[in-house]
Amino acid sequence: MPASAIEIRNITTGYNTSVVLDKLSLDIGVGQFAGIVGPTGSGKTTLLKTMLGAQPVYGGEIRLFGQPIQRLPAGSIGYVPQLESVDWSFPVTVEQVILMGLYATDRRLLPWASKQEKAKVHDLALRLGIHDCLHHHIIDISGGQQQRAFLGRALISNPKLLILDEPTAGVDIKTQHDVLHLLGALNREGITIVLTTHDLNAVASHLPWVICFNQGLIAQGRPREIFTERNLSDTYGGDIVIIRHGEHLLIANNTPLKL
Amino acid sequence: MDTLLEPLQFEFFRHGLLAALMVGGLCGLIGVYIVLKGMSYIGHGLSHAAFGGAVVGFTFKLNFYVGAAVVGLIAALLINQITRGGKIKSDAAIGIVTTACFALGVAIISRLRHFTQSFEAALFGNILGVDNSDLLVIGSVTGATVVVMFLTYRAMLFTTFDLDAAKVFGIKTGRMQLVFACILTMAIIASMNIVGVTMIAATLVVPAVTARLLTNSFSRMLILSTCLGATIGVAGMYLSYYFNAASGATIVLFGACVFIIVSAINYIKERFILREQTHRHGHLVHTHRAGPGHTRDSHAHEHDHEHHASEDASERGGTT
Repeated sequence: MPASAIEIRNITTGYNTSVVLDKLSLDIGVGQFAGIVGPTGSGKTTLLKTMLGAQPVYGGEIRLFGQPIQRLPAGSIGYVPQLESVDWSFPVTVEQVILMGLYATDRRLLPWASKQEKAKVHDLALRLGIHDCLHHHIIDISGGQQQRAFLGRALISNPKLLILDEPTAGVDIKTQHDVLHLLGALNREGITIVLTTHDLNAVASHLPWVICFNQGLIAQGRPREIFTERNLSDTYGGDIVIIRHGEHLLIANNTPLKL
Repeated sequence: MDTLLEPLQFEFFRHGLLAALMVGGLCGLIGVYIVLKGMSYIGHGLSHAAFGGAVVGFTFKLNFYVGAAVVGLIAALLINQITRGGKIKSDAAIGIVTTACFALGVAIISRLRHFTQSFEAALFGNILGVDNSDLLVIGSVTGATVVVMFLTYRAMLFTTFDLDAAKVFGIKTGRMQLVFACILTMAIIASMNIVGVTMIAATLVVPAVTARLLTNSFSRMLILSTCLGATIGVAGMYLSYYFNAASGATIVLFGACVFIIVSAINYIKERFILREQTHRHGHLVHTHRAGPGHTRDSHAHEHDHEHHASEDASERGGTT
């Protein structure tokens, strides 16, 4: 079994003529639970897209579990997009959203779900705590349930790698805590998890590994070691204060508001 | 009963009725994907492109359908390709590509003084002039579309709902888009002589948006839209017979009336539910049905206590 879930070697990528990531190298170990933090426009989403194989690469190489992305069997990667990017008026129920995660792996040609598929969805929904709303339209449920519905779609094919784009954005602090807690439990079952977030405090309290990123790798390691004024200042470019209280870190922006 | 049977004694009406039934159902089915992709004007644009193709085909002494199909398909693929980069949106791409193809047809007609072919049927529709060969074309396209849509239902649903995620999950999204472009072009060309270039957008969009108002389920929306399209086609034909009005226009007008009636019922129903909830809770809370234009932000404000019970129950159920 390879030691790295994600191996990025000298990757250069971008959009049309502009290069966003230039000769980036990064390793994320198997079984890791890593959070990528960085300012808006730092290339976090581009990095995620590169890991997913959804970004044209101009140079370099990327391997997932020791293999090129194209050779990975369908369903090996679970992906949860930003909830902001979802078309909430689209007529689908929670059950239909979760079932989509099976469409690439199951070669079933009939449109309707089989009994086995429905049972699989029900079991997963039960575990995620959304079994009560399987037949609800996706907009008729709370933000936390919506996040879990899309997490269900990513998990239904039993992926080895789970990639989430800002799973804590737009939800309240309780839901944020629940989502990260759930991801922690999934990680303990052996799923490698990579997510992007703007919430440094959530990373500090829930994630074992952090990657500070701004057009390139600034630092990576355990949050207690990596979240230093220097690293965060290099990442965000501002004056950031870190308050340490026992095992806990509290990160705040020290730039005064100009009123 | 006599009202229904009387027009059937005429062969032209029987042919027209069958054509309206098939074209209505076909456009209703495809319209769901078009509306949900936010490309409602693709039908309008592609029919213009196909018209340009038919004129080009005529100058090369080709069959009407061959010229229209080749240019229509090229236009559909070009629109797909132009929008792929994300810089140019589909409405702009439709505007450029299809108008250019239509302009090519118009330029050829104006240039060739000996141009004798009448394209009036293609422009305004001629449902009463449908012959057996037209019925064969419409029937074949309808049958093929139903089979393809049935077999690709899952991949097509995922691609329409979330293109980027579908690609990541391993769906051959490029292939799905190509298949859809081919089906759409064929459907438009088969329908062009029936409802006309100028009316085709409505036959694609009206059943789908009406169905959307009636259901929140994708599969039910497909069935409803297909049935609505076929019903509107048949009812429109009878109305055109008894009011002695142009068939294509009557079908479109009847479809628009159905949409207005369903919208009004929907609005009254929502107001009634809102009033009930206000009465029960003592203050305004939510208008919960999802529909076009319902955004996540508005939802966040409207949300809460109806679902708190289930949310709380699920949290207590322990998810970690």
